[in-house]
Amino acid sequence: MSKIQTFSSFVKRLIIIIVGLLITLTLLFSLLAYFVPSVKELQDILLSSFGNPSLMLNYLDQKGLGLNSLFFKVVVFPGFTWAALIAAEIIWFERKFLAKMQMRVGPLYAGKIAGLLQPIADVIKLVFKEIIAPSSSDKWFFLSIPIIITSIAAALLAVLPVSEGWIIMRSDVSVLIIFALVGFVPIAVLLGGWASNSKYPFIGALRGLHQMIAFEIPMLISTLGVVLLTGTLDLVNIVYAQSNIWFILLMPIGAFVFFTCMIIELERIPFDLPEAESEIASGYLTEYTSMAFGNLQLGVYIRFYAMAGVFTTMFLGGWYGPQILPNGFEIANQVIWFTIKTLLVMILAIVLRGVNPRVRIDLLLRMGWSSLLILSFVNLFLVILILQTELSQIFGV
Amino acid sequence: MSKLSLSVGPQHPGSGHMRIILTLSGDYIIEAIPDPGYVHRGEEKLAEYRNYIQNIPHLERPVVLDATGAIFPYVLAVEDLMNIIVPERAQFIRVIMAELNRIISHLYYMAIYGIFMGHSTMFMWPVGDREVFIDLANTIAGQRVTYAFLVPGGVRNDMPEKVKEQADKACNYFEKRLIEYEHIFMNNPLFEKRTKGVGILPKQDAIRLGVVGPTLRASGVKSDVRKDDTYSIYNQLDFEIPVSNACDSWSRAWIHMEEMRQSMSIIKQCLKRIPTGPVKLNLKQIKVPPGESYSRVEAARGSLSYYLISDGGKVPYRVRIMTPSFRNLITIPYIMKGVMLADMPPTYWGIDYWPVEADR
Repeated sequence: MSKIQTFSSFVKRLIIIIVGLLITLTLLFSLLAYFVPSVKELQDILLSSFGNPSLMLNYLDQKGLGLNSLFFKVVVFPGFTWAALIAAEIIWFERKFLAKMQMRVGPLYAGKIAGLLQPIADVIKLVFKEIIAPSSSDKWFFLSIPIIITSIAAALLAVLPVSEGWIIMRSDVSVLIIFALVGFVPIAVLLGGWASNSKYPFIGALRGLHQMIAFEIPMLISTLGVVLLTGTLDLVNIVYAQSNIWFILLMPIGAFVFFTCMIIELERIPFDLPEAESEIASGYLTEYTSMAFGNLQLGVYIRFYAMAGVFTTMFLGGWYGPQILPNGFEIANQVIWFTIKTLLVMILAIVLRGVNPRVRIDLLLRMGWSSLLILSFVNLFLVILILQTELSQIFGV
Repeated sequence: MSKLSLSVGPQHPGSGHMRIILTLSGDYIIEAIPDPGYVHRGEEKLAEYRNYIQNIPHLERPVVLDATGAIFPYVLAVEDLMNIIVPERAQFIRVIMAELNRIISHLYYMAIYGIFMGHSTMFMWPVGDREVFIDLANTIAGQRVTYAFLVPGGVRNDMPEKVKEQADKACNYFEKRLIEYEHIFMNNPLFEKRTKGVGILPKQDAIRLGVVGPTLRASGVKSDVRKDDTYSIYNQLDFEIPVSNACDSWSRAWIHMEEMRQSMSIIKQCLKRIPTGPVKLNLKQIKVPPGESYSRVEAARGSLSYYLISDGGKVPYRVRIMTPSFRNLITIPYIMKGVMLADMPPTYWGIDYWPVEADR
């Protein structure tokens, strides 16, 4: 076989392997179908659905795997696959956008068009690397932390309403669920840093805990404004309450505080203290290699998407937006608006990265406990003012 | 409170080719011990086995960013021993190259300062603008980084006529960019909060420790070899020495910004006043009579000097290099005391320490 020299030849090789495997498996499978009756039924469906795909959908519906099933929602849309795809492409976008800000080109070769497949190439590279755990580390904890962090991020997606009806789990207390999950991340980071049994990860993990102290209370209080205004902890009802006016117009201060706290929570530059590269190597990520590192990054970016989605839901009117698709596509229209708003929030977070140096931990704590906390209380008083006066009738909330 | 000892480097994103052994109490550094020597190449010994011309390329290697600054005192020392006077045009070209190298080196300084602060745009912009001056140096000397351009008796070749136009363009472009740098990087509130009042080196300490270059000027001492112990044609030129009394990391970065302005003005003056004529003495053979010579120049990082002993043979008897980086290294234990761990990289880079130069 020829040598692998470029990314495209590598992809070609990969496709050949996959197609080869598929053909081999199909042949084995069809042999099996002559002997096992239930598989025979499935094969009939498979063969007939080449002509009529709706047969396949009906079959999946019968088995509880169809488009309206919980399985589909969790696995494909609006669950993990959708979020992971957005995460991968936001990584590409971030690199390309930062490159424009910094007057360079950015990813270019993988995927022909502007390096669109660069994140996929990176993931493939990470998958094929060796996972190394330091000999003195607590291996079980060390290797479970990436999975825990990705799981927390994915769990956030469960309560995120992308459109009317398209939500994995509607709960009366979904705002509380989000805060419970977000509060767990620094503990996972601490466990990861501790399990690495190395100095730099440990310092990074401690910084992660400090960071939580800085952001959590202002974030809760700024959310309290939304909750007071709507009288509900359900994100879906919060969206319904914004059918007349988006909450960012009613409480810009609260939205600002929540956005800042969100960036701090996501540990993005300029608040990337737990992984400050030039100071403490890579913080709690230092000892992670291969897909363990990839999982950590995936977790961070899925959380990025989820938190931007929460911001959209609470302040930017969730799925509401003018009808741009023809009648009959209301749900698709809502999904499009939700995605556009979420991506805009993410872009705003990326711009911050291009213009600021890293914050120091004492400055961050001072910011969290003085300015952000005060601002969030000011926001709360303004909300009470709206509730106590005629303004709430005018705005229809 | 218990103490934590931390070995930063030699394989650490914020250390360069050296190691700093830190002792931390909480998040504060209570002791910092520099541990250089990882990139010692024996340049001084190498110089004893090569003749005076062969020495030029490898003596540039310790400071590839500031190649002219590194080789300038060497050729001055050789010329002093040979007792020759260099043609005036060659002297102007030398000064232009030295100042270009100062800008190139200072831009690299700004870039690494940015990446040590976690500011990726501050890394990319200066590195991109550095290319403008590297191209200019390429037009003059025919190489992008290590030129081997200065030789005893002049410069290797004359510069082309189009340099004037290109230099004007580069300087006009970069003057505008410097204003942008000031707005975006130096006056950024986060940047100021993190560097102002951090890494203090008081004036008395700076003098007592024998600090040189921008680090010394940032501590409020108006000292520059170009003015104090002038060489080449610097006494004919009109330029300022920026001095700051703040003594902190921010003022060190600011001094570098101002020095780039002054360097551009020097380049413009030189190009305006450069005479015509030969650029090299017609020396058939470099024959150095026995004797000793000492020369120093203001390189990008401060006073860089050579002590040359010749026994009349083909090769020098002894070449001693005294580099500014090594003299500034002594400040690390003083400026890092009481600084937070997060401020260690910008404080360390503030003194513009170049490990390869210090280790020679």
